[in-house]
Amino acid sequence: MSSEIYKDIILDYYRNPRNFGDLQDPDVRAKDSNPLCGDIIEMQLKIKDGKVDDIRFKGKGCAISQASASMLTEAVKGKTLDEIKAMGKPNVLELLGIDPGPTRIKCALLGLKVLKLSVYGYLGQAVTDEVKQLV
Amino acid sequence: MVEKVTTINVSKLREDFPVLKRQVNGKPLIYFDNAATSQKPESVIETTDRYYREYNANIHRGIHKLAEEATLAHEEAREKIAKFINAKHTEEIIFTRNATEAINLVAYTWGRANIGKGDKIVLTIMEHHSNIVPWQLLAQEKGANVEYVKIDNGGLLRLDEVHELIDERTKIVCVTQASNVLGTINPVKEIGKVAHRYGAMFLVDAAQSVPHMRVDVRDTDSDFFAFSGHKMLGPTGIGVLHGKSEHLRRMPPFLGGGEMIREVHTTGASWKDIPYKYEAGTPNIVGAIGLGTAVDYLSKIGMENVHEHEREISKYAIGRMSEVKDLTLYGPRDIAQRVGVLSFNLGDIHAHDLASILDEEGIAIRSGHHCAQPLMEFLNVPAMSRASFYIYNTKEEVDVFINALEKARKLFAR
Repeated sequence: MSSEIYKDIILDYYRNPRNFGDLQDPDVRAKDSNPLCGDIIEMQLKIKDGKVDDIRFKGKGCAISQASASMLTEAVKGKTLDEIKAMGKPNVLELLGIDPGPTRIKCALLGLKVLKLSVYGYLGQAVTDEVKQLV
Repeated sequence: MVEKVTTINVSKLREDFPVLKRQVNGKPLIYFDNAATSQKPESVIETTDRYYREYNANIHRGIHKLAEEATLAHEEAREKIAKFINAKHTEEIIFTRNATEAINLVAYTWGRANIGKGDKIVLTIMEHHSNIVPWQLLAQEKGANVEYVKIDNGGLLRLDEVHELIDERTKIVCVTQASNVLGTINPVKEIGKVAHRYGAMFLVDAAQSVPHMRVDVRDTDSDFFAFSGHKMLGPTGIGVLHGKSEHLRRMPPFLGGGEMIREVHTTGASWKDIPYKYEAGTPNIVGAIGLGTAVDYLSKIGMENVHEHEREISKYAIGRMSEVKDLTLYGPRDIAQRVGVLSFNLGDIHAHDLASILDEEGIAIRSGHHCAQPLMEFLNVPAMSRASFYIYNTKEEVDVFINALEKARKLFAR
């Protein structure tokens, strides 16, 4: 019973999402949806010394969107805001371990978009076109 | 009385569709996304190819051999389509880009001239966005109201609400003949009678019915009847609006430009008679000719046979799907009241995940809101998967589909 896209690790993160839920008094939160399928992701961050001190996500949607958001929250803990600003599609593909293909890539990138929206929101900076075009 | 139908020889018919020989992800293609668009037979592909190779020319005005042949072929297609839907007059067939444009044509021309403040436009909750948004735009502009007939738990239109909502204020009633989500076949003739009793116009969105069943615009007595060519074996970019000629003659034109005028002066212009009044600019000539060939193909099979074949496949698929654990099927259970469109959800697997897993097995289905968000909201379901059948689909394909559903269920169950 194998599936190219739905590797065990993705299903595991979908079934048992890490860092799922709310933070107490987050420094910033952001939310966005994928208009194609209505997937929703919200992220909440605590920032300390220019780094991600703690992070949670909430959401509803397909396995790819929820798993990739959960994986991202683990990957960025302790990272600087500049490091997150520099992240892109290759980082997400590396976390997932697969390329979900042209139609599903937006599901995978929704979490990254919301993460970046949080960072730009925290810094009070205008969101770049690169971020807007992620999903 | 319908004569006894002969069954379709599907394995022979499948040879007419080149794309069905394709492999997807190493598996034979199983195309169950026919409600979105159908595949094309060799004859339609050949017809469009031949137009460009042998007699490509602009129509109606050229005084040369190629223009004559192209014009003839284009107008022959109009005649075939008129006959196919039993129109009273060939000039009642207006070529558009698709059903969406056909409905917009009515909203922009008849609607703008006839809808006023406080008037009522009656739709149903199961309409495709193409039969909702044009009316919302018109209502906003004119201060009119849009109201929706709901459905019952079995996915059938509430006829009590049809009688309740349609009244003296109602100017137009717009109903889909077959739902692209639930598959429900609506009793359009009866609804039209109610509309006409109150002096309202009656528009039928036939995008999901014309490809799959015998339709008859005279029997339906619709004022307007819209459908797309690409869902019925024809090319994309060609659609049809049928309107009763007495309305079409009275209504203002749609787009202005070449082809649709009789005379143009610096002070103004006059229009050609129908259908040309509504066909500004060089039309999709090859699309119309290709659609004519698609109509030939379907006519040769016989629409009763098409419908019967799809009923048989649907009945088989519904039976097999009811054996799949955690599967929720939407729409009427009675096969006589539906076309071959089966929308469903499998446990809590997101429709997009399911479509991806099926794609890995070479199976093409649709997933999402199916351009019917008001219906999804009404049913309180964010997304559905949809399998929709056509003449070339087989029970063996349904079996492969069921196995793939089981695989998906097991994959996500762990």
